[in-house]
Amino acid sequence: MTTATSNRKINSTPWFTFISYAIVLIIALVCVLPFIVLISGSLSTESSVLKDGYWFWPRDFSIDAFKFIFRYPQDVLSAYKVSIIITVIGTALSLLISSMSAFVISRKEIRYRNVLAFFLFFTTLFSGGLAPYYIWISRNLHLSDTYLVLILVPMFNVMYILILRSFIQGSVPEPLIESAKIDGAGYLRIYFQMILPLSKPALASIGVFMVLHYWNDWWTAMMFTNNNNMVPLQYLLYKMLSSINLSSSMAEHVANIDSPKETFKLAMTVIATGPIILAFPFVQKYFVSGITIGAVKG
Amino acid sequence: MQINTEVTTVQKPEKRRKKGNLLLDMKQNRVLYLMFVPIAIYYIIFSYIPMGGIVMAFQSYTVKGGLFSSPWVGFDNFDYFFSSGKAWLVTRNTVIYNVIFLAAYTLFSLTAAIFLSEIQKKWFKKLSQTLMFLPYFISWVTVSAFVYNFLNYEYGIVNKLLEHFNMAALDIYSGTSYWYFLLPFLYVWKWVGYGSVLYLAAIVGIDQEIYEAATIDGASRFQKIMKITLPLLKPTMIILILLGLGRIMRGEFDMFYQLIGNNGRLMDATDIIDTLAFRSLMGTADFGMASSVGVYQSVLTLIIILTANWLVRRYDKDQALF
Repeated sequence: MTTATSNRKINSTPWFTFISYAIVLIIALVCVLPFIVLISGSLSTESSVLKDGYWFWPRDFSIDAFKFIFRYPQDVLSAYKVSIIITVIGTALSLLISSMSAFVISRKEIRYRNVLAFFLFFTTLFSGGLAPYYIWISRNLHLSDTYLVLILVPMFNVMYILILRSFIQGSVPEPLIESAKIDGAGYLRIYFQMILPLSKPALASIGVFMVLHYWNDWWTAMMFTNNNNMVPLQYLLYKMLSSINLSSSMAEHVANIDSPKETFKLAMTVIATGPIILAFPFVQKYFVSGITIGAVKG
Repeated sequence: MQINTEVTTVQKPEKRRKKGNLLLDMKQNRVLYLMFVPIAIYYIIFSYIPMGGIVMAFQSYTVKGGLFSSPWVGFDNFDYFFSSGKAWLVTRNTVIYNVIFLAAYTLFSLTAAIFLSEIQKKWFKKLSQTLMFLPYFISWVTVSAFVYNFLNYEYGIVNKLLEHFNMAALDIYSGTSYWYFLLPFLYVWKWVGYGSVLYLAAIVGIDQEIYEAATIDGASRFQKIMKITLPLLKPTMIILILLGLGRIMRGEFDMFYQLIGNNGRLMDATDIIDTLAFRSLMGTADFGMASSVGVYQSVLTLIIILTANWLVRRYDKDQALF
């Protein structure tokens, strides 16, 4: 890229540079503007929103909406607990089993490895549809209202397994595995002591996508839970946004008059989305490499 | 992103002669096969058995009979689905929206990537990319809060601005016309950061000597984009578009459900296959409809993916999915 940069500078035209910066800036601003309006809305007083609507900055600063949520925080805390549990356990298990399966289908000793790969891949081509899936899980397996269903339903993505397979094939040298085998290491030991550590970069990237997937999943909860203690954050947010009702624990305590309904919605959105946005700058690197390892080779 | 169905390396002849069946292979590589057991069990339970549930579309589902042994009714469910007029409506909506999404996504990702590649200040490039990624990181639930924030009839920022200029406020839930613009806009908004990384990677991969030669010949930067970057990105574009077309029957359920929900007034313009299947199942508990819609979608998806993959394979064998 450095040579390109210097070469491009030779006949750089100022107006073209200006247009490039302007277009990129506009796209970036459009992407970030809603976040700014959201945050400033959540930090406004209810009365200013009711009078003048939302704006790009808080016209009348107040943290009442947040105070209000944290006055009766049971529902929010319980949703945080559920979201954190399913995200941590789900991502860890998913990465472990995905990479283990990827290791298996990368081994040439297995004559039917492509059959196994196709066994996984076929599930992305064809499905029985939503109805049998729902009935099977809720009425036959009786998995509704369990942590298990929230963890298992979003757990795997065949593409990630296939990406991991390519990664293992490309970055773990075969002689290394062969020599470990000669030294008497079994496949399990090779997997845990060689494949796992050497796949760290790919696991980090896929881990970012899995964390996002679990954290943002509201669908599984909507389909398979009725119990208020099993509501993850995004589904709680959805329930609060779609009904103007407050969460059950808050509604018990609050007289209708002093409840900040408009700013409350935004504060709730900030609380549900905040952690993922705050964590983002630290994982951006893995996110970008995650997109490109899974992508077509340009 | 590809599955090699071919054996990539030639095995030694003496190994190949030991032809055995699956069981023999399993016995010889017991540990490896055991390591595959967890994922196999998962997909049998969560994919293959529900796949067998397609029989439900040919039965009249009863609680007693359950998933696999309710009374058979032949193609009655499909007759009902096709004669309800819904089949054409949801198929049309799904295809139209997905085509618009794909076109807008490709256009904007490409534009963003090309201009990002022209930017020389590293910090500016990094910062703007970071901002473009933000929408990808949030759920459609949060996006629905944004839509509320901007377009709410009474307090929305767009309506406040319109009011400021003495224009009439928009009531987005009153008419369908807004959504033909709003949905693609939000789709692009959410995906442009992701897409621009894909195209940017392809641009970085272009041989810099071509640009140098063009510079020596006095080409302007605009000419270089039109005559070098775009033509060389064409293969990437074609592959990404074809792969996108493979998903054309799968709606963005999250998006449509979160933004529109069960709004009756918008139904005709925004009902897609996925929302119809969901509503029949969870709303009206019309199992015949729900299961026939599901099978209809699965079969169409399968046909389209096979076609798209065949086209990719013809265009560039290495990029094919299988």
